[in-house]
Amino acid sequence: MSNNNMLLEVKDLNIHYISHEGTVKAVNDMTFEIAKGETLGIVGETGAGKTTTALGIMQLIQTPPGKIVSGEIIYDGEDLLKKSQSELRKIRGNKISMIFQDPMTSLNPVLTVGEQIAEVIKLHQNVNNAQAMVKAEEMLETVGIPGARSKDFPHQFSGGMKQRVVIAIALACNPELLIADEPTTALDVTIQAQVITLMNRLKKEFNTSMIMITHDLGIVAEVCDKVAIMYAGNVVEYTNKYNLFTTPKHPYTVGLFNSIPNIEEDETRLKPIKGLMPDPTNLPSGCSFHPRCPKAMPICSKEFPKRTEVSEGHFVHCFLYENVDNKEQAGE
Amino acid sequence: MTIDSKKVDIQKENVTEDAKKRSQWLEVWRRLKQNKSAMVGLAIIMVLILSALFADIIAPFGIDDQNLMNALQKPNSTHWFGTDNFGRDIFSRVVHGSRISLQVGFIAVGIAMITGGILGAIAGYYGGRLDNFIMRMMDILLAIPSILLAISIVAALGPGLSNVMIAVGISSIPSYSRIVRASVLTLKDQEFVEAARAVGANDVRIIGRHIIPNSMAPIIVQATLGVAGAILSAAGLSFIGLGIQPPTPEWGAMLSSGRQFIRDYPHMTAFPGLVIMITIFGLNLLGDGLRDALDPRLKN
Repeated sequence: MSNNNMLLEVKDLNIHYISHEGTVKAVNDMTFEIAKGETLGIVGETGAGKTTTALGIMQLIQTPPGKIVSGEIIYDGEDLLKKSQSELRKIRGNKISMIFQDPMTSLNPVLTVGEQIAEVIKLHQNVNNAQAMVKAEEMLETVGIPGARSKDFPHQFSGGMKQRVVIAIALACNPELLIADEPTTALDVTIQAQVITLMNRLKKEFNTSMIMITHDLGIVAEVCDKVAIMYAGNVVEYTNKYNLFTTPKHPYTVGLFNSIPNIEEDETRLKPIKGLMPDPTNLPSGCSFHPRCPKAMPICSKEFPKRTEVSEGHFVHCFLYENVDNKEQAGE
Repeated sequence: MTIDSKKVDIQKENVTEDAKKRSQWLEVWRRLKQNKSAMVGLAIIMVLILSALFADIIAPFGIDDQNLMNALQKPNSTHWFGTDNFGRDIFSRVVHGSRISLQVGFIAVGIAMITGGILGAIAGYYGGRLDNFIMRMMDILLAIPSILLAISIVAALGPGLSNVMIAVGISSIPSYSRIVRASVLTLKDQEFVEAARAVGANDVRIIGRHIIPNSMAPIIVQATLGVAGAILSAAGLSFIGLGIQPPTPEWGAMLSSGRQFIRDYPHMTAFPGLVIMITIFGLNLLGDGLRDALDPRLKN
């Protein structure tokens, strides 16, 4: 599995939040890899561990309470978990950068946007103030904001423009990997489309790999090459975009697709997945989805299903596919 | 007056437009300008600063020009505030005294603000044991009445201008460290701080460039009010003879030396006392106005 084309490989990553109330197993045995120029979507409900995964790769998890318990994050052949803080600072923003969920709060209100873009450039490139500002203005132009506005403060921009600024900051040093944590969640739909188009364009322009964290399957369809579906800290299905949309396997994935209203039928009610996300400090035994699963079997509450390859590059964690006997029950 | 207020209205409109284009500080300035008492305070401070800057031009006599023939004169046309027991012109001494007082006030607050600010920022940002240690030290300082602390520091270091500044400064460190710590605690979990960390900024940069500038508002208010407190403490120290030594014209020391003559020549104490009072009044007015102007909840 490890081959040299891979930019980032995450292997058996476990991240826990340890508090007095109990241990939250936010990310369990996460495994995925991203090739250069490829985009991975991480999809899941709120609290599924998507953001924790992203922060884990950046190693920005607050310790305490957060802790990377085990696993490897191999970036360009080197394990990020073994690097020192100063080595990590050289990677953050330069090789791997991140776009945060809420553009309203991820810009510093007392610095002009130009200064904030220039800051990244100054941190990672050997340039003086004036050169950094020129580059900052170029970056603003790249994301479609007039360079003259670099002297404006964040509160003078609309939400969509702020997110463009955040994207400009993230791309200022031409990173190899961009982690976008729900970059469009705080934006309205028309602006979402603009931002997604912009990100797609820049991704091609800079040949950047990307991790797109989202709960919107529509964005997955537009942006991603590969998708990992997360549920309660576990990846339940991991495949390419085509397989996901044509042959979703895991009952949770199927449920997600079913809860999207069908535009061709006259539907009066949405079909949500029954039940709620489990309490993260007290996950159900076995497969954490079994209390809500329409196809649950007795074994589901006892053991956690292993990673099963149903077709090439299509992995599912579900007993329905683990041995051939159960395939009938899956309805195949 | 009516013309003036119209002028102000027009200016206000211009400023409002500019404020939208520029920074939040212009917005603060606009709100501060609407507050009349704050502007009175600002005017008093400006007069004081100007008199300190141009003391040599304004003062008709030198600070130490003794003329025993003219000793203990009541206020008159040559000696506006009268003369003291050595025949020195009290007006000139008061004007020169503004230099000393402002110097003590601003430098002492500067010492307190920088030390307290750094300690508070470190405590708030790193938390844990370090935070506990620093803040308990601050609690110990707070447990001693500040004037008593200042007296003991001056008593240990010896009297003199710079020692007074240090003493007054040290005794007001805790209030700054607490304020800075409190705002760092709320700011350090903000997303833009996390974003700064995500672009590879180190702790010094995050604190200095992202956290401190965002916590300036309460610090500025505290500093303005603190200058008043520092001037008062310095005057108090000089009054009891531990502060600035004669013949330097310090307001508190002037009060002290006029004390013996207060029954027959009250002007010797009245004028320095009045100036201290007006200065503190002006600084407090400005401080209150700044507090209101910087409070985002009162935006209108």
